Formats: sequence, C-alpha cells, structure tokens
Amino acid sequence: MILIVAEHSGGSLAKSTLEMVTAARASGREGPVTLLVLGQGIGAVAKEAAAVADQVLVADLPALATYNAELWAAAAAQIAQEGEANTVIIGGSRSGREFAPRVAVKLGAPYLEDAISLSSEGAALRAQRYTYLARVTETVEAEGPVVVVSVKPGSFQAAAPAAQAGEEYDVELELPAPRVEITGRSVEKSSRVALTEADVIVTGGRGVGSPENFAAYVEGFADAIGAGVGATRAVVDAGWRPYAEQVGQTGKTVQPGAYIALGVSGAVQHLSGMGKSKNIIAINKDAEAPIFKVADYGIVGDLNQIVPALIEAAKK
Amino acid sequence: MKILTLVRQVPDAEARIKIQGQTVDLDGTTVVIDGMDEYGVEEALRLREGGAQVEEIIALAIGPKRNEDALRTALAMGVDRAIHIETDARYDAVSLSAMVAQVAQQEGAGLILVGGQEADWDSQALGAATAERLGWPQLTWTNELKVEGDTLSGRHDVDDGNESFRASLPAVVTTQQGLNEPRYPTLPNIMKAKKKELRKDDPASYPSQSAVRLVGAEIQTRARRNHMIDGKDPQAAAAELLNLLRNEAKVLA
Repeated sequence: MILIVAEHSGGSLAKSTLEMVTAARASGREGPVTLLVLGQGIGAVAKEAAAVADQVLVADLPALATYNAELWAAAAAQIAQEGEANTVIIGGSRSGREFAPRVAVKLGAPYLEDAISLSSEGAALRAQRYTYLARVTETVEAEGPVVVVSVKPGSFQAAAPAAQAGEEYDVELELPAPRVEITGRSVEKSSRVALTEADVIVTGGRGVGSPENFAAYVEGFADAIGAGVGATRAVVDAGWRPYAEQVGQTGKTVQPGAYIALGVSGAVQHLSGMGKSKNIIAINKDAEAPIFKVADYGIVGDLNQIVPALIEAAKK
Repeated sequence: MKILTLVRQVPDAEARIKIQGQTVDLDGTTVVIDGMDEYGVEEALRLREGGAQVEEIIALAIGPKRNEDALRTALAMGVDRAIHIETDARYDAVSLSAMVAQVAQQEGAGLILVGGQEADWDSQALGAATAERLGWPQLTWTNELKVEGDTLSGRHDVDDGNESFRASLPAVVTTQQGLNEPRYPTLPNIMKAKKKELRKDDPASYPSQSAVRLVGAEIQTRARRNHMIDGKDPQAAAAELLNLLRNEAKVLA
C-alpha cells in the first residue's frame, strides 16, 4: 500500500493532503492509496479523507491531540510496517519535514525530501526537488522495500473526490511517551487565507517604508483583491510583521498563481521562497531591483501613488 | 556537557551556480560557512558564556576539502576543536546522520546544534534523522534556547506559529534566524584558531552509504514575460496592470 499521513487542521483536511493523494497516484507505486489520520476528535476529517482515498486508517487518541514529531513518526512507522507499505508520503510542511526523517530512520528506508514530482523508474521511485535555494532542480531516486517521501505543498493538483468512498478502519498504536513538553503556544491567526493555500499573495518589503504603509498598501491591496499577505525577512526582522507572514528561505515557501511584490528588492533568499510562483508582479521605485529580472509584470514607480491607485481601481 | 556543532561550506547566496555534466559544479564559486550552521556555532558559545556547564564545543564537518574553511571559521569564532571527515562522496541527509550520530557517541556529546535547512541541499532532514538515530528528542527551527543543568528550554517555530518547549538533554536542536547574531572572528582569535586541533578522520571509519542516487541536475528558469509598465502616471499604470492580471495572466477575477 501507499501510506499517506494526512495533514489537517481546525477539523478539516488540508489541501496538501489532497495534493499528496494525487502524488501517490502519480508515483506508479502499487497498492491502495491509504490515508492515515492522526489526532483527536477527527471523525469529520476521516470522512473527508475517505472521499478521496481507497482506505482510511484512523487513530483518534487523546495522546495525538496535538502534533508531536516523535509520536507522529512512531505512528507512521508502525502502520507502514504492519501494512507493508512500499511508499510513505508525508507533507512538506514544517512539521512533515520534521518527522519524516525519523520515519525513514525507523524503517531503514531512503528518504526523498520535498519532492515536486514523483514517478517510478523500474524498481526505483524517482523524484525531482529543488536545491541551492531553489535555483537548481535535481532529480534523485531511491529503491527499497519501502521509500519515504515528503511532498512540497503546491506541487500537485488537489485530488477530487472518488466515485466511491474508501473504507474507514480504526487502528491501534503503541506510542512512546513524548519527551518534549510544550509549555506555551502562540498561534499566529489571520483572518485572511493562509499563505501556503492562497492563490494570490501580496507581499511587502522594506521599500514599503513603514508599518503604517504596510497596513495601508499591502494589507489594503490584499483585501481589495482577496489575497493572502506576505512579508520579507527584513520587514519581519524590523518587527513590522509577524514571522508567520515571512516568505523565503527561513520563512514559508509559496507558489501561488500570482505573487505581487511591493517594495521588495528580491534577495536570493526571498526568491527561493517565491520564485516558482506562476506569475510574479513587482512594483518598486528601483529599476535595478533584482526582483524585476524574474517578474512577469513590473512597474517602476512610487508605491505611495501606484498602490492607492491599484486599490481604487481593484474596488471598481 | 559537550556540544557538537555541525558546519558546512556552501555557495554564497549571491554566487552564480553552474551545472557541469549532471551535477552542480562549485569550482570557482564563492563559498561560505552555511549561515544557518553559524547560528548553531554562535549559540554553543553563548550557552557557555551564559553560564551553562559546557565542557567542550566541537565543530564537525563531513564532506569535501572546502569544509575545512567552515571549520576554521568555527574555530576562530571560539569552538575548542574540530573534526573533519573528508570525503567527496555524496551523501543524503539520512545516510549522513549515521556518521553524525557515530561521532556524537564517540565524543560523548549531549547537545547537537545544526542548521535548520542547508543552503546547498535545501534539506531540513539532518537534525531529525540524527536525533532518531541516537534516540534523542529534537527541537527544530529554534529561535530561543536556554540550558539549565540538563534541562533545555526555549521557543521554536511550528506550522502555524510558535511553541515554548522544555526537554531533557541529550537533544538535537536545529537553528535559524532570530536565535542570535553570529560574531565575526577577530584577528587575534583567527591567529589563536590556527593552533587549535583540526582532526581529519578517515571516512572508512564511518560506514555509511547514500541510499539516494542523483540522476541529474539542471538550472530551470521559468520564462518570464518581463512586461514593464511605465509608472509615471500612477492611475494609468494601475489600470494597465489590473487589466493584464485579469485578461492576460487571468489571475484576478
């Protein structure tokens, strides 16, 4: 079987899980596409999962109420062994890329990390992935009784519900005692669409000028067109915006349909987080800014005049 | 406690990357110590300076000769000694973690610090894989760290925000921006570092093989339209851009 560890939050399945189902079906690996749903009070998530997968394994346990790398790794490895999975697919989120290597070590399996494509070449599973701050696309492959893969969000189409819902099964797990104690949690909630799920993102850089301008221009324009809000590292370091909005090597990686960069110069570390966007739009007063080299559309000009005009025109 | 801090020498972010045959060729490319690893070296030094019981700080590099420079940088920053397993073999993070774990055990390390994502492989796997090999907990994407006795506490980033944590040593911590500001080695320290031990270990003493094969590498650049709009008339520019986004790129309704 192909085992996928489902990603979900707030009682519903994440888009990344639907993308992993597509990745599983594209991989050429044999067996039923199986979603493993870990958590507590996840009946609704399991139902959603059943609509897209051949079968769903559900571990609804208090111990799994919040994500924990060691527990998730133990659960995935145990089910992979019991179900004789040939492939284990895990999300390329921060948490997924944290526990996937542990699953690989537990299973003695090779690990293909952050795959953007999957195919079978004979007995080997082949993947493409980005390296060198997303400037190079490498093709790698591995074989073995089981291969662990993490899948980069946004790289596959979301799977549509199948004609027939998969069966749901409850599974029993032997979980270790968690060794990391979480003493506090700060969730950076936004009323806007999540960055990694947004189809349009408006991002502000230092060129925006001030936190007030950021609110007026970046948030103002994002709200006018229903987009998510991103920020560069410089803006986050300056304390204008929360880290959750940061796009780039040390922040989030995004590849929306349109990435609109306001006052962003385009450092390599930032490009590595957004350079795969389908359309890049840059507005900057510096005609020499590197961002223009990767832009589909660019305006060289004063944000203070152009963005208010954009907001007004977008509202019409 | 002994701290093992992992370092790598990687292309400078602004350096041009070229492909030769099927792999990236770094000949003539400017290389620097990986910035994320540098946070780890700095944090080890700060833990000691802050009063934690740190017996020794050891920097470890596994890879080609160029990594010597990363080790020299770490020594000049203040680590006590360095180990270089010099090899031109290509390892994936999971196979590499077996070597790191072996060194950690041989040296009796109680804390391993490693960058959250390597700037050459774009991988986040080394810390977690090493932790699993050793049977240790891991804290990834850490931006605040404290060690008191054998208790580790701090804060790290998670999918939707951040968490404060507490765990017992031994542990693996992956580092990132925000944790600290790495110091620049001073000239006296650079001179002193020349006398510090940089041990070369034979890769044959660390039996590990990559389970992931490289098939090829290419630099793919998406063809961009590069349609520039004159911003002198803001209203006209705004109208033209929105029109293009709606009707040409079809990304806005």
